[in-house]
Amino acid sequence: MPSTASSPRASRWARLPIVSQLRQSIGLQRGMLVAGLVLTVIFLVTALLAPVLAPYGYAELRDENGLFGATQAPSSAHLLGTTQGGYDVLSRLIWGSRTALLVILVAVAASIVVGVALGLIAGYFGGWLDRVLVVIADAIYAFPSLLLAIVLAIAINHGQSGMWPGILAAALSITVIYIPQYLRVTRAEVVRIKSEAFVESARVIGAGHVRIMTRHVLRNSLRTLPLILTLNASEAILTLAGLGFLGFGIEPSAAAEWGYDLNKAVGDVTSGIWWTALFPGLAIVLVVLGLTLVGESLNDLSDPRLRRRAAGAEPVEDLLAPASTTQEASA
Amino acid sequence: MSDLVEITDLSVTFATDAGPVRAVDGVSLAVKPGEVLAVVGESGSGKTVTAKSILGLLPETASIRGAVVLRGRDGGETDIATVSAKGLRRARGRDAAMVFQEPSTALNPVYPVGWQIAEGLLAHGRMTKAEARAKVLDVMRRVGIPDPETRIDHYPHQFSGGQKQRIVIAQALVLDPGVIVADEPTTALDVTVQAEILDLLRRCRDEFGAAIVLITHNMGVVADLADRVAVMYQGKLVEEAPVRELFESPREPYTQQLLAAVPRIGEGLARAAERAARRPEGWESEAPVVSAEGLRIVYPGRFRQPDFVAVDGVSFDIRPGEVLGLVGESGSGKTTIGRAMAGLTKVSGGSFRVLGVEMNGAKERDIRPIRHRIGFVFQDPATSFNPLLTIAQCVAEPLVVHGRAESAADARARVDELLEAVQLPASYGDRYPHELSGGQRQRASLARALALDPELLIADEPTSALDVSVQARVLDLFDELHRELGFAALFISHDLAVVDMLADRIAVLHRGRMVEEGTGAEVLGAPSDPYTQRLLASLPVPDPVLQAQRRAEWEGLGA
Repeated sequence: MPSTASSPRASRWARLPIVSQLRQSIGLQRGMLVAGLVLTVIFLVTALLAPVLAPYGYAELRDENGLFGATQAPSSAHLLGTTQGGYDVLSRLIWGSRTALLVILVAVAASIVVGVALGLIAGYFGGWLDRVLVVIADAIYAFPSLLLAIVLAIAINHGQSGMWPGILAAALSITVIYIPQYLRVTRAEVVRIKSEAFVESARVIGAGHVRIMTRHVLRNSLRTLPLILTLNASEAILTLAGLGFLGFGIEPSAAAEWGYDLNKAVGDVTSGIWWTALFPGLAIVLVVLGLTLVGESLNDLSDPRLRRRAAGAEPVEDLLAPASTTQEASA
Repeated sequence: MSDLVEITDLSVTFATDAGPVRAVDGVSLAVKPGEVLAVVGESGSGKTVTAKSILGLLPETASIRGAVVLRGRDGGETDIATVSAKGLRRARGRDAAMVFQEPSTALNPVYPVGWQIAEGLLAHGRMTKAEARAKVLDVMRRVGIPDPETRIDHYPHQFSGGQKQRIVIAQALVLDPGVIVADEPTTALDVTVQAEILDLLRRCRDEFGAAIVLITHNMGVVADLADRVAVMYQGKLVEEAPVRELFESPREPYTQQLLAAVPRIGEGLARAAERAARRPEGWESEAPVVSAEGLRIVYPGRFRQPDFVAVDGVSFDIRPGEVLGLVGESGSGKTTIGRAMAGLTKVSGGSFRVLGVEMNGAKERDIRPIRHRIGFVFQDPATSFNPLLTIAQCVAEPLVVHGRAESAADARARVDELLEAVQLPASYGDRYPHELSGGQRQRASLARALALDPELLIADEPTSALDVSVQARVLDLFDELHRELGFAALFISHDLAVVDMLADRIAVLHRGRMVEEGTGAEVLGAPSDPYTQRLLASLPVPDPVLQAQRRAEWEGLGA
């Protein structure tokens, strides 16, 4: 880690999005942010280290002692029991985080790139292009998002398929729902930034449209993105789980997926088998909670009206120090 | 009679993430009945914090030490520093009231003004709505709102800026408080309106018998209205004296410096004469850099609203090396002309030739070749820099765009030269805009405008966001750079005294039309147009004796 506070300005490390907010937060807001970050980090570590952490594979039905057996209660061999299909619950849980992470990454990356680019163009140039894009975005808003995701999942892979087609189908259907959000947020920021004096000053200097858009407008418009990003990531997990629960997800032999496991556990609940439904459900809740806490805290902290103000003293005019130079100059 | 407000050894500290910041440090002040105490100082001097503490209006992050005792007309005492929320609420409005800086935000847009004035009455006294309405009508009439019977039910947006400020003052007066705290009451208003509001505040003292705590940075306003002046600097009380004494013989060096920095009309004549003497022969016959002929600029109206004519039939020339000062009140079209000159606003009619390009009907493609010959200094230095780029990168931007340098790093030598020219240390190039003060930023803005050695500089109110002493230094710098580099300039300002310091010729705009144009001596010395005369007469001069005479003349003009 680079050293902090070696220069009068905060170092680069301290000005990184989440780090800077963590430093300036206090009290309850800090608690929320830390709790969210802990949950999110656990989720990320689990997803990355799934092959090491998971006792079995996501599609394993047997070990050297033969079949696991269906709906076995938690024991030393299967810490969280087994499912009706005879899979190990803990392993499915750990591998499932990996699927969730992949879907989030693909969905968020695709929707950010497309949404921000369209929002930048719509906001900067305005006119008929802007109106058309906003109307399309509104039209997509009008659809129930899960229904749209189902239609897209069917269109992309005809209902069922393996790991990557399944992940892509889920991710792209989520992408289509989120592009309008990024478009609108970016567009609103761009419209605001466009009228700022420094953009006009770039125009007066004679900078071209591309230079103004990339150097002056775009970088200033992206401040709110980290928080939409975290909020959308949690919604992406819910959409993925929803798709899986309704049976439009990924085959159990292709990848582990929490929504699918929940779906298969529906029948177990009434017959007193609690472990097959509880743990995947808990996993979804905790990951969504973690991401939402991070997103909401970032939202609060980035708004000076909601945060306890972190601004220091205003720079003071150096009235007395270099007065002599001015007097010489004007003499 | 005892003092209405007694501030004893007041210290206010704000808790911030960067540690505690002391805004007010050991200030003691007293306000006597029926006097106007002016608290003057530059931004960050703690004058507003001191005044707000009288009403207990400080935010939660502030911690207060010392005593602020408020005495009501009935003799009741309240110590604002220790009183309960209930006691504070009872004292507010009854013992002390506040007039805010910006009348358009101090009024709630969804309620009629009469309701807002009566709100204080209904909150404090038990009276019927009819009684309250009668009282509101009375106070509206007394603050000079014509036809109060119908105006009482109008909404804030139906009033002009000056009338809105009258209503805010009526709101403060309705409970007949002993003290009115007026926080920069005329800063957001035009000069001619300012004169009327100052007149009204004087009547508040004379007719209503209210003492006024006037917070301002404008020494002209102080000279016009104040009885006693307290000067603050960096949270401390520097000097306190009766107004005439302060202006005639300021004791403290800071007060002397502050008074010396205030621009006065008439100072510019010597400079203009000196500049004229240095000009080469045949200068007047050179082709003008900018030439406007019947210039007309129209903003198209929105749905079912008529077009707005911002500039109508304006003609002027700017010759090489000449500074034209453009003066007018808000809405006079002065900024629009400046923007049209830089190609930021479309010209609707007439002819407007800038550096040989006809701006009427010009496309961005036609304007781009002359961009590098035009420099532009914006009004607000806080927003005219990209907050994510360092000062050096911002100043290098024109050099990079026009291919004089490969990158910002490549242009650094020239940038350092420019920063030195505007008297900023080269090390400031590595700072971000928010790390500079307003005056420093405006100097960096000047450096950016001059980076390409332009033939024409457009300065749109470059000093209106700055403190007086900082303004004086930026203006000196402008004058010096102009002498060295010899660019032609359009200098836009609402302040006649500022324009007078720099401009060779002055043009006065009023509602989109040019009412008068000539040299500084002609326009300011012997104005022929009634509007210019009124403008000049309403400008308060920083000298209480002279201002008293001028006020009598202004009242004689019947404005």
